[in-house]
Amino acid sequence: MANYTENELAKDLENQEYKFGFVTDIETEKVPSGLDEDIIRLISSKKNEPSWLLDYRLNAFETWKKMVEPEWAHVRYEKPKFQEITYYAAPKQTKKYESWEDVDPEMKETMTKLGISLEEQQRLTGVAVDFVMDSVSVATSFKEKLKELGIIFCSFSDAVQEHPDLVKKYMGTVVPTTDNFYAALNSAVFTDGSFCYIPKGVRCPMELSTYFRINAGGTGQFERTLVVADEGSYVSYLEGCTAPQRDENQLHAAVVELIALESAEIKYSTVQNWYPGDKEGKGGVFNFVTKRGICERNAKISWTQVETGSAVTWKYPSCILKGDHSVGEFYSVAVTNNYQQADTGTKMVHLGKNTKSTIISKGISAGKSQNSYRGLVQIHKNAQQARNFSQCDSLLMTDECGAHTFPYIECKNPTAKIEHEATTSKIGEDQLFYCMQRGISEEKAISLIVNGYCKEVLNQLPMEFAVEAQKLLAISLEGSVG
Amino acid sequence: MIKIKNLHANIEGKEILKGLDLEVNAGEVHAIMGPNGAGKSTLASILAGREEYEITAGSITFDGIDLLELSTEERAREGLFLAFQYPVEIPGVSNINFLRTALNEIREYKGQEPISAKDFMQMVRDKSALVELDSKLANRSVNEGFSGGEKKRNEIFQMAMLDPKLAILDETDSGLDIDALRIVANGVNKLKTPHNASIVITHYQRLLDYIVPDFVHVLYDGKIVKTGPKELALTLEEKGYDWIKESILS
Repeated sequence: MANYTENELAKDLENQEYKFGFVTDIETEKVPSGLDEDIIRLISSKKNEPSWLLDYRLNAFETWKKMVEPEWAHVRYEKPKFQEITYYAAPKQTKKYESWEDVDPEMKETMTKLGISLEEQQRLTGVAVDFVMDSVSVATSFKEKLKELGIIFCSFSDAVQEHPDLVKKYMGTVVPTTDNFYAALNSAVFTDGSFCYIPKGVRCPMELSTYFRINAGGTGQFERTLVVADEGSYVSYLEGCTAPQRDENQLHAAVVELIALESAEIKYSTVQNWYPGDKEGKGGVFNFVTKRGICERNAKISWTQVETGSAVTWKYPSCILKGDHSVGEFYSVAVTNNYQQADTGTKMVHLGKNTKSTIISKGISAGKSQNSYRGLVQIHKNAQQARNFSQCDSLLMTDECGAHTFPYIECKNPTAKIEHEATTSKIGEDQLFYCMQRGISEEKAISLIVNGYCKEVLNQLPMEFAVEAQKLLAISLEGSVG
Repeated sequence: MIKIKNLHANIEGKEILKGLDLEVNAGEVHAIMGPNGAGKSTLASILAGREEYEITAGSITFDGIDLLELSTEERAREGLFLAFQYPVEIPGVSNINFLRTALNEIREYKGQEPISAKDFMQMVRDKSALVELDSKLANRSVNEGFSGGEKKRNEIFQMAMLDPKLAILDETDSGLDIDALRIVANGVNKLKTPHNASIVITHYQRLLDYIVPDFVHVLYDGKIVKTGPKELALTLEEKGYDWIKESILS
């Protein structure tokens, strides 16, 4: 599989610029900008929410007001002006779409441009897609088919209406409102997102996919994803993100919670391609995301991320290995170019006995960017025989970029085994020359070498995503060797 | 095929080539021998287009085209191939992918369609047999974890796949045991046609027992100082380079 895609990827290389930078001309309904209790009440009432959820939001808002923005990350940026952000923007729609045919043609056009035409997906790949534009879920495909298996896959808002017990039971159990500044903000103002529940013993027969898109200007995107895999079930979940090119910085503060009950497995893959800003570092999305999963006995959570977008990334998909014999994995490729900054990594919290975690992180820095890996491996005192392996590699493309590694290890159990490997290398002139002597252009040579370097991570992605990710890597690193 | 006239080249201000002349025609095999530091590998690097060398005088035409005007990859696509003295490792990129990418870039340059997967795999089988390369190596990452001999064989395998007009073998014999040497040389001989040519750069006569050259040149102090038939190599082996130095001085 990887053999095939690696060859195909460079076809799109002509695409020098950020190709998702278009704006869709769709009427948007926005609430006034700024944040106070009234706005939260307004959002909640627009979404026709039960009172417990409004209380949840208001509590979170109270917590948030007392918190300060974290500054420990190795990134520098002008802090968002929280009172200037519009917290709710939705494509104007009077009715719910019953079927794909009902969807606004402009919207369909957008999805096609993003390469996620639902029709095509349905026909060819069997991926169920939930499309979230400016905070509101627009279309979810394959709902009926999944329903037969008892799988719930819908927008977060629909889940609140139709499955309130499940939402109430699990929401905030992995990422509490008090967790951090951005999680608290999200908990107060989140507008939509995706919800997924896989019943006991069911193996979800297709990839579930959510596509996030910020379209309207001046807005923030605050979505929430909640995935619950009941005992013995399996699901593979994909998430993709893009945004238009704008000179302003847009805030994206999401919360993702994964719950893997006994012997369940969740595979969560992200290809993050928010607008990274222009070559001078103007504009771009601030991607401040809290992602965390909890594993009960024998359960497994695997995070795979390919991060190429955003002006600033602050994100640490983590696993709480609560149950004995549970497994956590984190595979990451983070690319930064021009003035992008990324501070990303993971936390593996080993609570149960015989828990195992693997961390493979590949950072690639180009231009004048700064790329940091930050990870925590924590072995608690009851985690007998816990085991961790971490590998953090950094690849530098120029002399002006930076790669940093901040690995933290806390071990309170003497039977634990922890391994950490790290390398830093510069892309080899000799490798490039070798490729070029065989007739391969410099751009293609770079993408070959970089894709080779990231192979362990890319191999974790489902097929369609792997192709997309490889193309993205090539495009993100256009003209980046210095 | 290739005409090098009065070539002068510097690296970091130091003159390495000092007026080198060489002409190679289709169907010919030329050996270039010479003591350490004579400029043999410099010549190979310049032909392939390494940028750290500065050409201060002279010209190189390749099939009528000014070679010095072409980028490294354009030279390769025009049919110039360099078998590296030290082949480079590219982790995570399979040999097959690497070659298919290269082959398709060359085909695109020539206005041809990409090769079909079926034809490509057939070609891999045929050509790897030619250099007795284990087909498993074709699926491994480019040169990663290859032994010295495997790396050199892989160079000849790539040469077979890309079918160049002019192949430059830069000390391909270095680090090879006698069996590997024979295999590599056999590969080169089998690839010889009336339409292509090779320049074999070597230190020792040994390789020329297997690859029989039409001409042997002695490169000394940045110039070709002597040219002769294949027997010249034997004389060099016997007498060393000192008698050439002496004959130049006298």
